[in-house]
Amino acid sequence: MSRVMIYKRFERFWHWFQALLIFTLLFTGFEIHGSYSVIGFGEAARLHTLAAWSLIILWLFAIFWHVTTGEWRQYIPTRNKLFAVIRYYLIGTFTGEPHPYRKTTRAKHNPLQRLAYLFFKLMITPVIWLSGLLYLFYNDWPATLSNALELETVALVHTAAAFAMLVFIIAHVYMATMGPRLTSLIKPMVTGYEDLEENR
Amino acid sequence: MYIDTALEQGQGVRDVKIFAWNRFIKRFGRLSAYVVLAGALVCSGFSVYGAQRPPATADHSKFEALQGPFENAQEVTEACLGCHTEAGEQIRATTHWTWTYKHPETGQTLGKSKVINSFCGMAITNEPRCTSCHVGYGWEDMGQPPPTADNAVDCLVCHDTTGDYWKFPTLAGHPTYTPREWPKGSGNMVQPPDLELIAQNVGASGRANCGSCHFYGGGADGVKHGDLDSSLVGPPRSLDVHMSPDGLDFACADCHTSWGHEVAGSRYQVNAADTQGIDVPGHTDLSRASCQSCHGDSPHPQQKLNDHVDTLACQTCHVPEFARGGVPTKVWWDWSTAGRLDDDGQPITEYDEHGHPSYLSEKGDFRHGENVVPTYAWFDGTVKYTLVDEKLDVAHPPVEINRIEGSPEDPGSRIWPFKVMHGKQPYDTERKTLLATHVFGADDSSLWSNFSWPRALKAGSEMSGMPFSGSYDFIETTMHWPITHMVPPAEMALDCASCHAQNSRLAGLPGIYMPGHSGNIWLDRIGWLLVALTLIGVVLHGLARILLKGRKQP
Repeated sequence: MSRVMIYKRFERFWHWFQALLIFTLLFTGFEIHGSYSVIGFGEAARLHTLAAWSLIILWLFAIFWHVTTGEWRQYIPTRNKLFAVIRYYLIGTFTGEPHPYRKTTRAKHNPLQRLAYLFFKLMITPVIWLSGLLYLFYNDWPATLSNALELETVALVHTAAAFAMLVFIIAHVYMATMGPRLTSLIKPMVTGYEDLEENR
Repeated sequence: MYIDTALEQGQGVRDVKIFAWNRFIKRFGRLSAYVVLAGALVCSGFSVYGAQRPPATADHSKFEALQGPFENAQEVTEACLGCHTEAGEQIRATTHWTWTYKHPETGQTLGKSKVINSFCGMAITNEPRCTSCHVGYGWEDMGQPPPTADNAVDCLVCHDTTGDYWKFPTLAGHPTYTPREWPKGSGNMVQPPDLELIAQNVGASGRANCGSCHFYGGGADGVKHGDLDSSLVGPPRSLDVHMSPDGLDFACADCHTSWGHEVAGSRYQVNAADTQGIDVPGHTDLSRASCQSCHGDSPHPQQKLNDHVDTLACQTCHVPEFARGGVPTKVWWDWSTAGRLDDDGQPITEYDEHGHPSYLSEKGDFRHGENVVPTYAWFDGTVKYTLVDEKLDVAHPPVEINRIEGSPEDPGSRIWPFKVMHGKQPYDTERKTLLATHVFGADDSSLWSNFSWPRALKAGSEMSGMPFSGSYDFIETTMHWPITHMVPPAEMALDCASCHAQNSRLAGLPGIYMPGHSGNIWLDRIGWLLVALTLIGVVLHGLARILLKGRKQP
């Protein structure tokens, strides 16, 4: 076993700030959608817009970081051990089998994580952003766009993506508790360090 | 060295200001200089409130022609026209005089002499009561055009500043020249006005001038419009931020600008979407009868609020309720029950729990409203009337006395607030038309003197020349009145959630997607179902982990 820095400082900052913003966006977003009334529509819309812009800026930094550090390779999908990991979450975790995947700093996500995060980054987020920006700038649509697209369509796509986001978050938060102990997967995301088995 | 010489000697304005400041300090001391400066700052702050008006160039009390004595109001008019030579002719060209209006869009001939409303019906057949609001004297028969004499124009109703000039309700536009009881039977005697004093104090029209007719439409204070009543003579800021003496102290004419006595701002052809922005002399038409004339079309500091101006009229958010000044407005008037008398054959008066009349033998049943939430509709400014000779669709009441046009597809339409007046009024069951009703008159055929509908309707037909088959019934009607006055300070405007909520003020209006109100029920059902399934899956998976924990350790 060796103690290694698995989540860099920026990565942790990005992760937790993004988490905060996404929770804010979900909370205010479903208020704007009319699912409940807590802080009021106007305040919710203001916060939602503010958080959205913050997240966009954060993502610009994150994209830059992924490209310049080469960390984007962490999300390249692979079938290697994919089904073993799925089998583990369905069966192995109950019978006491060890996790089939061995993490390294160069491949810190298991094949299922890779797929999930890639889906998050390439599907849910772009859809939510694109629809969100269209929504925000509805009044400034050029005529060709407003002839072809209804605000209602944009709103429904944005809402659907928000549901997908919520489902992802629930699963993600739960699966973060599935290490050897409840917090053993969460702790490295706070401290950055994890004890990894030597695996060369 | 004096200031102007300093300027002449080429010193900058700033230098001169500093020079003047130093000079002041030397003369009166530093403390007094600061006191004066502070005072000036405070005063400049106050000057934001209270409309500044230029001093008059004429003192009418010094005019020989206005010294009197005046036998009657027409003699005052003659004196006015002695100097204001064109005013009479100008007035006679306006809707205020002709009571007719040729609608440029619908082609209908409207105006008070033509339209029927859902209050007292038609002005015609009810002279001289209705013509007491004509801006002239002696129009006693609306079958004829208004009187043509030069001195028949009433200058004083619009230009009296004393508040003592009052067109007596039954004298076809004249004030009373002898002490006269009003209301009838009240014992309250109305004294003749002091025409000399009034003539010497004429001035620009104030709120009370316009209000003397427009606040009392429909027969009494606040009855008709809902956003115009006597509370606007001296309203608090919370009632009307523009008209309040504590606010800008606007006269009606500050927005309803006039051009040769022709007043801007028509209700028959409303400027529903003024996209011209702020009116600038030399560039635009100088009429200020729209919010945008002064506020422009992007008046909010928040972009999202400005994004609403292509959909909503300003009034939709900024007139949250009408009849807010303590004067109720009629919202329901059922003429069909009029004429019920008590056991002694005397007319009946009943009151509702707020003390407003709810039944009068003369007029039937009423409902009044205060702080009324408007009804909202798309509006392009065009109002089409159901005129008295138009065939009604009696199978599908209510009959729309007027119809407002507009739709979400039309770029010139906005969502506007309205007072919708409801009620029942008589119609000809054979001819299927509305009927002129002779309600007022000291004859034995008017409804208010003999409480008989058949006679009142027959008389109405004979007097107006409009046919009546003799058989009548009552039909439910609605009438739309655009709401635009009683604008409170911005902080009292509607908040987002008034519309962006499940219970939305704009619920049911076509062509708008309102976040917080609109949505797709199936998307929500499927979305929340997936969320619930994920949660259940997670909980079951977690429970299984806990339960099987014992077996996990080898």
